Amino acid sequence: MSIDLSQFIPTFLEESFEGLELMESGLLNLEQGDIDTINAIFRAAHSIKGGAGTFGFNRVTNFTHEVETLLDEMRDGRREVNQSDINLLLKSVDCIKLLIESARDGVECEDDAINETHLALEQTLSGKAHGDNDSQDVSEVEQLLSEVKSKKQWLIEFVPKHEIMQTGNDPLHLLNVLAELGSMSIEPNLQDIPPLGDIHPEECYLYWRLTLVSDCSEEDIIEVFEWVEDECSLTITLSDSDEPSPAIESVEQPSLQVDQTPPSQPPSQVPQKSLKAPDESVKAKPTTEGGSIRVGIDKVDTLINRVGELVITQAMLKQIGSELAEDETVDKLREGLVQLESNTRDLQEDVMRIRMLPISFVFNRFPRMVYDVSSKLGKKVELKLSGEQTELDKTVMEKIGDPLVHLVRNSLDHGLEMPEERKEAGKDETGIVHLNAYHQGGYIVIDIIDDGRGLNTEKIYDKAIEKGLISADQSLSDQEINELIFAPGFSTADAVSDLSGRGVGMDVVRRNIESLGGHVSLSSQQGEGSKFSVSLPLTLAILDGQLINVAGQIFIVPLVSIVESVQVNKSAVKAIAGQENLYLFRDEYLPIYNIRSLFSLPGKVSPADENMVIIVESNGNKYALVVDDLLEQQQVVLKSLESNYMAVEGISGATILGHGGVALIIDIKGVSSLNHKNSRSKKFSRERSVAEATT
Amino acid sequence: MSLTIHQDIDTLVESKQFLSFILAGDEYATDILKVQEIRDWTSTTLVPNSPTYIEGVLNLRGEIIPIINLRTRFGLPDLPDKKNRIVIVLNIVSDQKRRLMGLLVDAFSETYDIPLEKIKSAPNNISVIDDDFISGLTTVDEKMVILLDVDELMNSNELSTDCSAATA
Repeated sequence: MSIDLSQFIPTFLEESFEGLELMESGLLNLEQGDIDTINAIFRAAHSIKGGAGTFGFNRVTNFTHEVETLLDEMRDGRREVNQSDINLLLKSVDCIKLLIESARDGVECEDDAINETHLALEQTLSGKAHGDNDSQDVSEVEQLLSEVKSKKQWLIEFVPKHEIMQTGNDPLHLLNVLAELGSMSIEPNLQDIPPLGDIHPEECYLYWRLTLVSDCSEEDIIEVFEWVEDECSLTITLSDSDEPSPAIESVEQPSLQVDQTPPSQPPSQVPQKSLKAPDESVKAKPTTEGGSIRVGIDKVDTLINRVGELVITQAMLKQIGSELAEDETVDKLREGLVQLESNTRDLQEDVMRIRMLPISFVFNRFPRMVYDVSSKLGKKVELKLSGEQTELDKTVMEKIGDPLVHLVRNSLDHGLEMPEERKEAGKDETGIVHLNAYHQGGYIVIDIIDDGRGLNTEKIYDKAIEKGLISADQSLSDQEINELIFAPGFSTADAVSDLSGRGVGMDVVRRNIESLGGHVSLSSQQGEGSKFSVSLPLTLAILDGQLINVAGQIFIVPLVSIVESVQVNKSAVKAIAGQENLYLFRDEYLPIYNIRSLFSLPGKVSPADENMVIIVESNGNKYALVVDDLLEQQQVVLKSLESNYMAVEGISGATILGHGGVALIIDIKGVSSLNHKNSRSKKFSRERSVAEATT
Repeated sequence: MSLTIHQDIDTLVESKQFLSFILAGDEYATDILKVQEIRDWTSTTLVPNSPTYIEGVLNLRGEIIPIINLRTRFGLPDLPDKKNRIVIVLNIVSDQKRRLMGLLVDAFSETYDIPLEKIKSAPNNISVIDDDFISGLTTVDEKMVILLDVDELMNSNELSTDCSAATA
């Protein structure tokens, strides 16, 4: 796979740091049972892992994998969310940050904190079998880390503030955790307890003197109290020891801060190296500034709407300008208006381009996926990518990822043959999957081409009959049969693999693509391969429209669905049961959709010679729309009818024309179902047909 | 914006402001806080297969809003000319969604400060208008004013049921 991945590294870094921020804030707000937050953290970790894998940042991948596993257990409910795990995860976030930074700068990051955290993660994960209290496992790990030392006797004076319970901390829990570090004796101090009448049931009046005999370090003890530091005064004294470590340390750290590398430690214990690493990376940081800024999509959308309004106003001015009487000043005004027009057009294009991103953002997930899938299937596959710089709208991009993944998987799973089979067929053992993107009109076309076995038309035909999708006496062309794979509930895979073949695939793919205003087509040559073409509008906010006139009102037909427009040829209009509902066009009988009657607009219904017929295509079917007149073509900004009104059948939206009036956009699919309904309700309704006959 | 202030005033003086308009000689009124603006009639774009009382949609500074002919809505004979009539643009809430809609009426009349105690409930089943639309009756200068609940008048259920009836 010969693509230059390095161009995507800045994006990966940007996204990863964003992901880390998300993880941090998520962890800090994490509460027991908060599945959504855990999921969000998990997803962030997962994308970092995936991205790092793509760019070969193995240390990041490995490390993040452990984090992900831990999160996965929390997500499944196999592991309870507790403070020490959260601490560990927060430390891990810091470590991932360090690792990514060093990967970016191309330096080896040797940091004890990272190794330590990595080890702790592994231990936490493996240690969960014995004992359901995870903090114990962490402390075990740290015991391992700090080597076996001689047992020491710690004297701890733990004086919680009275309000400690109100912050959700239970001193009993702390004492239990502490007791797990070694053998402990507890001596409660009762002298603060007020007279019974003054006791507030939610306050804690006790404090304790603890004697802990353990081989743990001071940090272990501090860690237990980490989350109540602010709510207690803590004195830890080492007695009976030969080590000259600090005798008394009162804990005065600020409450847990995320960007802080492991909580400040006494100098003797943990090397200060961990603090150096980020400093170095700051120095070595390449100048990534000036590349991009992140702006909320809603701001961009507001801007786009605003510019849309500007274009309308400009068109209004232009119209007024052309109506003015000839005059020298008017000429100047017109010159200005022409300039205004070109400036607004440029502005509109520029603004639309803010939302445009290269398709490589979608493509870059495929090398890895193809690698994984092909090794799973035991196939040899070469992935070719071309046209990665083709730009399309961000919202379209977000929605096209999954359908594309599905199509590529499909090609890998069903399209390409096993190496031996390919050899027998006289092909190269390595199959080729080619993703190609290019612009065509206002559309982006993405081709997924494989040189596999192609679609087995006979098998599809048999399957379709078996599934009742078609009846045996239907005569279908090969192309029509192949298109059946897009029918709901169709799957030819004999055994359902975990990759594809559940029969929920292709119809969903097609539906998703069509909901974006695009369509998917296929061509296949048995034994030589197949090609799926997905074409999508570059943006969902603007569409190229053909303005038409029906009964004095302007409608818009999306240009993409128009095949051809011709003058009505009265002799081509054919009738069934006395109703003129077919149009003979290039040897095809197309159903006539008379916009005037379908939309209940006033005027004569029957198509006349001076009318126009627009041949449109939707869902692979052609229809003949009868309209009064064709007007100009123009780009229109889509507006929703539903935001203030409601959905109207046969209408996909509205737009505002140059003169400020509203024009409705015709939805071909909706019109066809409208026609269906109309002709059915017409069938036996006497009044309607009589009324129509008289008009 | 002034909603909370207004509510405060409500509780103090226990009155509410209404904007009234004329429709076929009768006076109707709506909560003034629902009114966004009043504009002259401009021609609209017809919406296919819509109920007859939907005059169509128009462009209100980039928003596409439907216009409802209240005469047709109430089953009154429509006037041949729309030129001198006005459209009251209402900011209503239906389905927890803010919507803008225009109401085509004969003429704008007054704004009233009506004490809550003066608002009488309307007897049931008195007219072709659905009871839900009338929130009460009141008397100003010995004239009856019909208070409309515009949220009810144009809530989407109402629209959708009417439309399906119209297209069926």
